[in-house]
Amino acid sequence: MAITILIPTALRAFTDRRGEVQAEGKTVGEAVASFAKAYPDIRRHLYEEDGTLRSFINVYVGEMNVKNLDGVDTRLKDGDTVTLVPAIAGGRV
Amino acid sequence: MLILSVKAEQGIKSEGEASYPKECCGALLGRDAPDGRVIERIIPIANQFEEGEQHHRFCIEADDILKAELAAREIGMETLGFYHSHPDCPAVPSEYDRAHALPFYSYLIASVEQGETKGVRAWELSADRSEFWEKDIVIDNE
Ligand SMILES: [Zn+2]
Repeated sequence: MAITILIPTALRAFTDRRGEVQAEGKTVGEAVASFAKAYPDIRRHLYEEDGTLRSFINVYVGEMNVKNLDGVDTRLKDGDTVTLVPAIAGGRV
Repeated sequence: MLILSVKAEQGIKSEGEASYPKECCGALLGRDAPDGRVIERIIPIANQFEEGEQHHRFCIEADDILKAELAAREIGMETLGFYHSHPDCPAVPSEYDRAHALPFYSYLIASVEQGETKGVRAWELSADRSEFWEKDIVIDNE
């Protein structure tokens, strides 16, 4: 499946400034992994050390957050667009 | 160096005071110019962290980030970072801030003591995620 992945501005430093990259995969998890393999410096910003996707990285297929679908197991169709959107969190001590 | 419009600076200060003793948060819009990053305006965003924890935590949900990105694009700007307040605490990033930050973005933190904003400081995360670097802020009075 040819998938288009849209990259937030914050992560374009790791994709040669590209805002849009192509990836392969039958599921959201596979497509993000194939993209991260092509740009290894981005891995530590997308994944926890145990290999799960960081909780504040949100993934949309079209306009749907995969949290409301099947998460990283959400199936993709050829030509789907996957958008990565960071949630932002923080606070004082 | 970070150039901050006086309007954006005032906005962050008053948002921090209005939400005290809870944390405020929002997006920073502007552009990356050859001589430095310019923050021209802010978009206040509702703190989505659970109610009882908002005195020391904030969260901006992805749906709101997408909206800010679209609003920025409409006026020819980019989302270049985020601001939040530290009620009764210095404007220095916490370990929690570091763990949840991304490089590239500018993080502006307002220290609000007893309901009054005492200062705003700017930070950026190092590419290896290990530490925040402070950026000098220059206020643009135009
Ligand atoms: Zn903080």
